[in-house]
Amino acid sequence: MAEKRSYEIVFIIDPDAEDAEVMRLTEAAQKIITDQGGTIVKTEMMGKRQMAYEISHKRNGIYVLLEAEGSGAEIAELERRMRVNDRILRYMTVRVDEGRRRAEKLKARRARKAEKRPGSGKAKAQAADTEAGNDAEEGA
Amino acid sequence: MSTNFDERESAYGFEREYERAGMGGRGPRRMQRRKICRFCMDKVDYIDFKDVKLLQSYTPERGKILPRRISGVCATHQRMLAEAIKRARNIALLPYAAD
Repeated sequence: MAEKRSYEIVFIIDPDAEDAEVMRLTEAAQKIITDQGGTIVKTEMMGKRQMAYEISHKRNGIYVLLEAEGSGAEIAELERRMRVNDRILRYMTVRVDEGRRRAEKLKARRARKAEKRPGSGKAKAQAADTEAGNDAEEGA
Repeated sequence: MSTNFDERESAYGFEREYERAGMGGRGPRRMQRRKICRFCMDKVDYIDFKDVKLLQSYTPERGKILPRRISGVCATHQRMLAEAIKRARNIALLPYAAD
């Protein structure tokens, strides 16, 4: 329980909300997390987009993505608040650290395999290239 | 019976190449080229639920998840893909059912 967990939180705000309200809601969400001892890694306004199906008779929604780290308590609090806020049409929290760890593992396994392959000096160099490319992408 | 099978596959309109290989075979069913997993080729380790464009290419008109027998995706990646599609559905990036 001591270890830090990473989460991605996506929530959809009512399309009728003005920019100021969107900002207010986003800041409120960030504050809840930081108040509970979590940290915000990234905030991304995905903007207004059409939803694949109607939610509360709305066809559009303003999507906001937050990336946060913490123990899990702040997520519980945030979800509780979002549940009662009717300006927020939908929210979803995904725990991403496990998936990322798994991705690392797969990457390592692939690297090992590439090394084992006989007479693959070229293949190895290529693999190293793509690995570097991936790293650069993640860094951006 | 085999025509029925072909029809069902072509309804997905995916992987034209594969369809061509699978269909038009009079007589014994022709062996088709072994499909390889696109994600393995691209060395994908994680499929993001926010990548709507990518996920859409694996959910034909009806909005169902494309079976890997048709797309040729490997088991590992199909699992990741299914997970991502289900997440995307939850936040209305993809439909649960399209009519």
